[in-house]
Amino acid sequence: MTETREERKWVGKSIQRVEDPKFLLGRGGYIDDFGLEGMLHAALVRSPHAHARIKNIDVEEARRLPGVIAVVTGTEAAELCDPMPDFGPDPASHEWRCLAVDKVRNVGEGVVAVVAESRDIAEDACDLVDVEYEPLAPVVDPEAAMEEDAELVHEMVGSNVAFERNLIFGDVDRDFAEAGVVVEDRLRWRRSGGQPLETVGAVASYDPGTGMLTIHENSLSFTSYLFMLAGTLKVPSNKLDIHPHPAGGSFGSKLWAVKAAAIAGMLSKATGKPVKYIEDRVDNMTNCDHHGSDRVYYAELAATNDGTLKSLRVRVIDDYGAYMQFGVGHHGNALAQVVGPYRIGSVQYHVQAVLTNKCQQGAYRGFGSEVHNWLLERMVDLVAKELEMDPVEIRRKNFIQPDQFPYFIPDGNVYDSGDYEGVLDKALELADYDYWREEQKRLREEEGRHIGIGICTAQERSVFSATEFWFWFDEPAAPVTSTPESVTLQVDAAGNVTATLYSCAFWGNSPETMVAQLVAEEFDVQPHQVNVVYSGTSQGLPATGPGGSRTTVMLAGAVEGASQKIKEKALKIAAHLLEAAPEDLEWSDGGVAVKGSPAQRKELAEIAMSAHLFKHQLPTEIESGLAADQIYDHPYTTMPSEDRKDLGVFYPIMGHACHIPVVEVDVETGLVKFLKYAAVHDAGTLVNPRSLNGHIIGGTAQGIGTALLEEYVYDEEGQLANASYQDYLIPSAMEVPELVIGHQETPSPYTVHGIKGGGEGGRMMAPAAIASAIEDALKSLGVRVNELPATPERVLDWIEEAKGLE
Amino acid sequence: MSHRRRISVVVNGSRHESEVEARKYLAEFLREDLGLVGTHIGCEHGVCGACTVLMDGASVRSCLVLAVQANEAEILTVEGLARDGQMHPLQEAFWEKQGLQCGYCTPGMLVRAYELLREDPDPTAEEVREGMSNNLCRCTGYQYIVEAVLDGAERMRNA
Repeated sequence: MTETREERKWVGKSIQRVEDPKFLLGRGGYIDDFGLEGMLHAALVRSPHAHARIKNIDVEEARRLPGVIAVVTGTEAAELCDPMPDFGPDPASHEWRCLAVDKVRNVGEGVVAVVAESRDIAEDACDLVDVEYEPLAPVVDPEAAMEEDAELVHEMVGSNVAFERNLIFGDVDRDFAEAGVVVEDRLRWRRSGGQPLETVGAVASYDPGTGMLTIHENSLSFTSYLFMLAGTLKVPSNKLDIHPHPAGGSFGSKLWAVKAAAIAGMLSKATGKPVKYIEDRVDNMTNCDHHGSDRVYYAELAATNDGTLKSLRVRVIDDYGAYMQFGVGHHGNALAQVVGPYRIGSVQYHVQAVLTNKCQQGAYRGFGSEVHNWLLERMVDLVAKELEMDPVEIRRKNFIQPDQFPYFIPDGNVYDSGDYEGVLDKALELADYDYWREEQKRLREEEGRHIGIGICTAQERSVFSATEFWFWFDEPAAPVTSTPESVTLQVDAAGNVTATLYSCAFWGNSPETMVAQLVAEEFDVQPHQVNVVYSGTSQGLPATGPGGSRTTVMLAGAVEGASQKIKEKALKIAAHLLEAAPEDLEWSDGGVAVKGSPAQRKELAEIAMSAHLFKHQLPTEIESGLAADQIYDHPYTTMPSEDRKDLGVFYPIMGHACHIPVVEVDVETGLVKFLKYAAVHDAGTLVNPRSLNGHIIGGTAQGIGTALLEEYVYDEEGQLANASYQDYLIPSAMEVPELVIGHQETPSPYTVHGIKGGGEGGRMMAPAAIASAIEDALKSLGVRVNELPATPERVLDWIEEAKGLE
Repeated sequence: MSHRRRISVVVNGSRHESEVEARKYLAEFLREDLGLVGTHIGCEHGVCGACTVLMDGASVRSCLVLAVQANEAEILTVEGLARDGQMHPLQEAFWEKQGLQCGYCTPGMLVRAYELLREDPDPTAEEVREGMSNNLCRCTGYQYIVEAVLDGAERMRNA
């Protein structure tokens, strides 16, 4: 599609979201709003220990409590269920189950499930379960976990380093040998998480008469994991029907949240009654399977003396927690944009994935790429400092240029398009950069204040191909995955359009609005007249679900394909009705008209009426109805090479952004305050600019949390010290500044309308930008910011340390 | 369980006589006994504000208030804002300004904004930001919520 912005009627307009009225009226239909006749409720007994052997479980008293229907221990659950779906290396050696068996591996891990007539009774019964534990040495610090004599989280792995691989792309040794300057640092990114205000839940209903297990849930990628969850629950995949409910926030954490469904499904099968299991907040914080990245980096960046970046060498230790459901896919994400927007010629990426006694990692907005952005930008700032270069100029000097696209980065992934200098210039202008540089100087000299201006110019990969999850392993070799998304469009007899989606794409983004706008663009109807519905899996088409900022691009492809099929048929019907040759007709203003004679036309509704009711008046080859399915596959992905020196194309739709925050650091309290925040994003062609802005602001707010406030703090015993919102600090309206937002639209050559994904960019930029701003504010003190979150305590420590070095 | 009490509560203008467990929270009573599922439970600690309702005109965290404490009280929930099938001006403003994404915090935000604007029908942007800061939103970054409340205030003044 190469139409220009002026030619588009609906794509590019900030229309009101079609999703919103039900939410505004308090009729959202979330999973906890849903119930079934005779439904029972489940609660879990959670481990109070980080690491312990389960010696004995006494459930007799719990079973005797009136209202209790069933009590299921981990051992019993292991009979009822197979292990959870797991993409980790050699999953059998670090088996993950819905309830712990023999040993608990993190605080909060489920040990026993209770089913009762009410949630309160189930929780009362949990208090009556007596579990005898034999505590083991907790494995908490990831680097200590790597030592030979460390206690093992999973004995069968034989080490706490569950996976290690050192990938080299290009001639790293030569580039380092020839470099004029090499900077190195140890950097620490501590774990935070999506923490949606709604937890994960499921309502399962097993029918012993048909063998059908129906699960309602708020996890999103259910179409893709259906057959795996069916395997866990020991039901045939065609006897498992999953129905989606809107997710009250996800940010990755409900992308693939299978445990609640497994628990509810298991308990419904065991009791023969519908069972609801909804995580409470403590369940979610301690055991949601979706904590974010937790990394230690040892990094080196090589450059010539004029500031030309040459080569990046990274060793990264990632604290995965107790299990590794996604393997090291997070590092595949990092490799998608490993050189950022820069012409860095070679890369060494050495990953060591470590098991510890913490909640396992899952997905959090950025999926590990945001951490790499932060690492790379921190290292670029270090080179600039070393060479006494302006941080803006070193970036400008190293950008990939607009005429170099499509640009293959050293590891084999491709960047489709971009104009990084254009984005940078817009951001500098929006931030009032020159003014603030002067103000910074003046306020330092006249008032002794510490103002800092941060800059981050980084990538936002979108539209993944799942190769990134398996190219780490030599075996099993798999073909390229197509990661499809499907849409069905139906035009009914009155000419009204319904679009059906096959994964639960709603998690606070606006797939219904996007699809409505895309359909409106195709058929010239009003977007708010398009009905968008979600299908359960029993009538499903192939779908993958949202993640890696793929939804809008993939749905746009599917909508376009289905629209073309419908338009083709509509044209044939109109040709018959107008007694004209199809080649003399064209689609025009919501109907079909004779070329050059626009008055001779049939509206979509007239054509639809014919198609639905009067098939016998049409040529025999035309079947009744006006509907089409389109399964849209990944637009551009290729195989990795066998030696993994080339990973192939796996994440080609490459957005870009520049964030420039201005902060003030109070050197007495360590508090960071925003004075200004500018963000310019390039997500290709915009569909609904205000909606994207909402995601940029919201993502930035989460990035601010990651940079300044949020951390799951595990103490030396492996206890999660802040498992409530009183202690885990989510930014409020007082911590998030007003953003000034700009857009650049560099279309992708590979997608319909040139759209790129844009849902994660805020969080992929803000931590790097804010770290840079804090360091700039404290430049005169010689502070280096190499750890996040930069809590007031850490900021004060840095200042003290820097003073000590003077 | 054994400890049950009779309560009489006016919710969104309708009186309800119910027998509830003494330990039942107001949020659970509204959701489970009255089917008013627009009031959401988020953090269960009184921090996030998703469960905000008005009790005798003042906002409370219904995840911390027991249903029996609401005996003889008047409660307003998000379901009480729209009238005769028409959205409240605040709801219209939140829709227009995209002051929501996933919608989970929205009922609490709307109720809190309603209270805020009754205290001060014409607040500044800073006052709105501070006034709304006791409710958490994980999606929006608050900017469009602030815009929505200001727009809602204008709509209400002009209504």
